[in-house]
Amino acid sequence: MHEKKHSLRGVFVNGILNENPIFRLVLGVCPTLASTTSATNGLGMGLAATFVLLGSNVVISLLRNIIPDKVRIPAFIVVISTFVTIIQMLIQAFVPALYDALGLFIPLIVVNCIILARAEAFAAKYSVLFSAADGLGMGLGFTGALILIGSIREMIGSGTIFGNALFGASFEPMLLVTMAPGGFIVFGLILGIINTVTERVSKRKGAQAS
Amino acid sequence: MTFTLSNFLLFMVNCILTNNFIFSRYLGCCPFLGVSNKVETAAGMGIAVTFVMGLASLFTYVVYHYILLPLGLSYLDTISFILVIASLVQFVEMFMKKSMPALYNALGIYLPLITTNCAVLGVTILNIDNNYNLLWSVLNGVFGALGFLLAIVLMAGVRERLESSNIPETFKGFPISLIIAGLMSVAFLGFAGLGVN
Repeated sequence: MHEKKHSLRGVFVNGILNENPIFRLVLGVCPTLASTTSATNGLGMGLAATFVLLGSNVVISLLRNIIPDKVRIPAFIVVISTFVTIIQMLIQAFVPALYDALGLFIPLIVVNCIILARAEAFAAKYSVLFSAADGLGMGLGFTGALILIGSIREMIGSGTIFGNALFGASFEPMLLVTMAPGGFIVFGLILGIINTVTERVSKRKGAQAS
Repeated sequence: MTFTLSNFLLFMVNCILTNNFIFSRYLGCCPFLGVSNKVETAAGMGIAVTFVMGLASLFTYVVYHYILLPLGLSYLDTISFILVIASLVQFVEMFMKKSMPALYNALGIYLPLITTNCAVLGVTILNIDNNYNLLWSVLNGVFGALGFLLAIVLMAGVRERLESSNIPETFKGFPISLIIAGLMSVAFLGFAGLGVN
């Protein structure tokens, strides 16, 4: 166990910043594109995925010494899809509007690469508390990224943010941005900009160090 | 939906062009971005996905309508479908290794990756949501996958040319691929008038 090297807070923050699942690891592209037509949908998808990540990380971490190595992937998938079924039923019962907006992509959280990747890379090796912190951090990092992309697309594509009108009546929304092509283009531009900024920052740090 | 030639053709155009899995439904983006460096491997991936999606549509239809529905367990659809798909991929892999070694070697590492392709699980759930019968389910799987094949091969063709073009350093890789996918998606919007829902 390498737990001495990590602090709980470090593991938690790691998922939000250094290893942000969307902007740094570029995992889970499909739900990212599909659920960011508005900030609200992004928030809903992010929280649903956070719930599944937290639950599956905790359960897999508890079972990590029981699950035989050879069948671990199917076992992980069963745990994950159990939590997905739970959240799917909860959303359908309590937030039907979100259920209609996300539709197919709620059951598809099962094949969201982030969740299986964290199960394999983290929960299968570390204790429950650390796995929970990792799940929560990764989930919130995912949620934050979805809200960012969702807000930008909603602002340009419908002139609102979380459903509140931002601009005057003369604003002509650019519909394309909330449609399928806009998702790809906006996400690509944000990724490029983030790469540029992080490169500048690390160059400056390097210059200061030398 | 009854099976007539015009229905069949409309359905085909709808699945491959109008409701393309990648460009209008956002399904299967991970392999679309990950395995589109070369045309050959992209085509191999597309063919493997076509095979698995057709079979997955067939098997999940049987599982849902003859096992889950009679037992009143339809809420277990996601969990049972993913298990069906995982075992199907494993089976296809073993079968190909034994009887079609040439194709198996060509696809190699791309076969096991198909389990986590959301287009496969997506199409099986879409079949149930749309109440397709067995025939239309399988056709939906096969044509949907052909749309995926078309998208990934086109993308690989563009990316091969990108190798020699002058892109800002920080936009190389994912950012530029996403922007290209967006532009191709704009082009596919033009097919919207062809299909009927």
